[in-house]
Amino acid sequence: MSEMNQAMIEKYRSNFLQEVEANVEEGHWVKMCMQCGVCSGSCPMENNWDHPPQELFMMIRANKRDEVLSSSSMWMCTSCYNCIARCPRGLPITHIMHGLASYGKRMGLAPKEQPTVKFGDIFWKSIVENGRVNELKIGVGLYFMNGFVQGIKNALAGKELGLAMMKTKRMNPMEYFGGHKCKDRSGIAKMLAKAAEFEAEHVAKFGK
Amino acid sequence: MSEVVATNETIMVVGGGISGLTAALEAAECGKQVLLIEKAPTVGGRVGQLYKYFPKLCFPTCGLEIQYRRLKANKNIRLMTMTEVAGISGEAGNYSVDLKVAPRYVNENCTACGDCANAVEAEVDDAHNYNMKKTKAAYLPHNMAYPQRYVIDPSIIGTADADKAKAACKVGAVDLEMQEENLSVTVGSVIWATGWKPYDAAKIQPYGYDRYDNVITNVEFERMMDPKGPTGGKIQRADGTTPKNIAFIQCAGSRDRNHLKHCSRICCMASLKQTTYVAEQLGDECKSTIYYIDIRAIDRIDDFHQRVKQDPNVSFVKSKVANIVGGSDGNVVLRGVDTEGYNRYANEHDLVVLATGMQSTVPTGIFPEGTVINEHGFIDLDESNGGIFGAGCSSDALDVNRAAQNATAAALRAIQVVNQVAGTEG
Repeated sequence: MSEMNQAMIEKYRSNFLQEVEANVEEGHWVKMCMQCGVCSGSCPMENNWDHPPQELFMMIRANKRDEVLSSSSMWMCTSCYNCIARCPRGLPITHIMHGLASYGKRMGLAPKEQPTVKFGDIFWKSIVENGRVNELKIGVGLYFMNGFVQGIKNALAGKELGLAMMKTKRMNPMEYFGGHKCKDRSGIAKMLAKAAEFEAEHVAKFGK
Repeated sequence: MSEVVATNETIMVVGGGISGLTAALEAAECGKQVLLIEKAPTVGGRVGQLYKYFPKLCFPTCGLEIQYRRLKANKNIRLMTMTEVAGISGEAGNYSVDLKVAPRYVNENCTACGDCANAVEAEVDDAHNYNMKKTKAAYLPHNMAYPQRYVIDPSIIGTADADKAKAACKVGAVDLEMQEENLSVTVGSVIWATGWKPYDAAKIQPYGYDRYDNVITNVEFERMMDPKGPTGGKIQRADGTTPKNIAFIQCAGSRDRNHLKHCSRICCMASLKQTTYVAEQLGDECKSTIYYIDIRAIDRIDDFHQRVKQDPNVSFVKSKVANIVGGSDGNVVLRGVDTEGYNRYANEHDLVVLATGMQSTVPTGIFPEGTVINEHGFIDLDESNGGIFGAGCSSDALDVNRAAQNATAAALRAIQVVNQVAGTEG
């Protein structure tokens, strides 16, 4: 292709598409979508999301940055891989969905009241604090995700299972107080601090 | 059989469909010796299985008739039916080709009277009708068969049925002693025109071709229009009732990395054409809906597309159907999300026609090393192919018009090769 053609393509390529290509996992595939709709039609989450994948890809091309990154859609993905298996163009749609979700979160645009987002926060907090995941704390955190009263209700509903797990030594209630931690926690903290530095640079470049 | 005369100034054309016939005729009418090889008992190929051509909606029998007329009149063409190529070796101007000739069990005496068919009782799958019906084990492939000569299916050889056929023949045409023959010929150039086959719809798992009786393919729909076909010329569902709401699904197996990567080019026009069959036979009593990614009716044939769009009984949904599930009364439900508004739909139809794609029939393992067959299974135009040229749908997915043009070009290339052998050219 001639240089002039390339220049023309760059001119008409939206900034957000470029941003997605540069920063989102597998983002370079987005331009390959031919809008056939098989991914959307094959998605088991059906009506549970705002924008089907095919629409998200079109919105990326149409430069709708905030609407895409704040969409709840990609957070609803259950990773069933139906879309990847059926996409006629071989787009790794599941991976792009997770890439978009993660990028939206990094840019501070992810929806706040979304269960998967909340779960991610709780999970991440546990890792940052302990250098490893404390399953009991995550479980309790999820129970009380939507307030104290709902948390008690959830706990009572899961009582039988909890007691059975304790009885068979699958769950140790003492883990809630302290629990296992990784050895070099300060090393991990340093590592995460450095990563946060890179992240801040990145947000300064692309974020608002 | 009589001796096959071929020299390194002979052009061998493999495949007697519209492309092969065209290539053979163009070369022969230029005075070249042509050996035309056809695997089936008759020439005519896929075109002989169509009801109408697009965009003029004339009958393919007419076009074939002209080619047959030219074929009969030309002494330069030697036609061999029921013959397959087993291997090609050598180089441009000097190819050695191994041929395998299957026995027809009927010789040149045959007058196509049909007494043998009346005599036998066994029935076999009717390949001309995509196995949608049975035919007698002694049969004429179809009305437009050329040569007009019956065939006895090998499955009845050695049974009482075969003897009945022999006894019924008044002209001594049935020869049950025929054997498979292997022979080797020398030719100067090869035009490969074995055409296409419909993509196996059962492989498109979400569409349930193998699960739902009322999900059929476009080639099967085409056969329904033949008065001598499986439904006697009627558009009907598996239970014999008349459909009221037909869906056509485009790109069923084409433009899809999981199936055929290429665009098959004909299916958009084929479905648009088939909506006119529905209009012609059922009028306002039946609706047609075309589900598509984009309609690829280019240049002058887009007029046809625009004309179909005017029909109030034909509607278009811009969406590749995601999957098909069973409904009531043998109906099926098409599910997906459309691209114009991103609306989720679940539409019930009583008959679904899958516009299945064109799969190349170019074989592997029989061409000389270095012959370039591309990722889609078509023979590329490449210098390293020497004197071997793909024609029609062996070179790309083409409609009849373009296949004939392409075949003429291949004939011209082959002529240059044999001219060099003869020393009359460069």
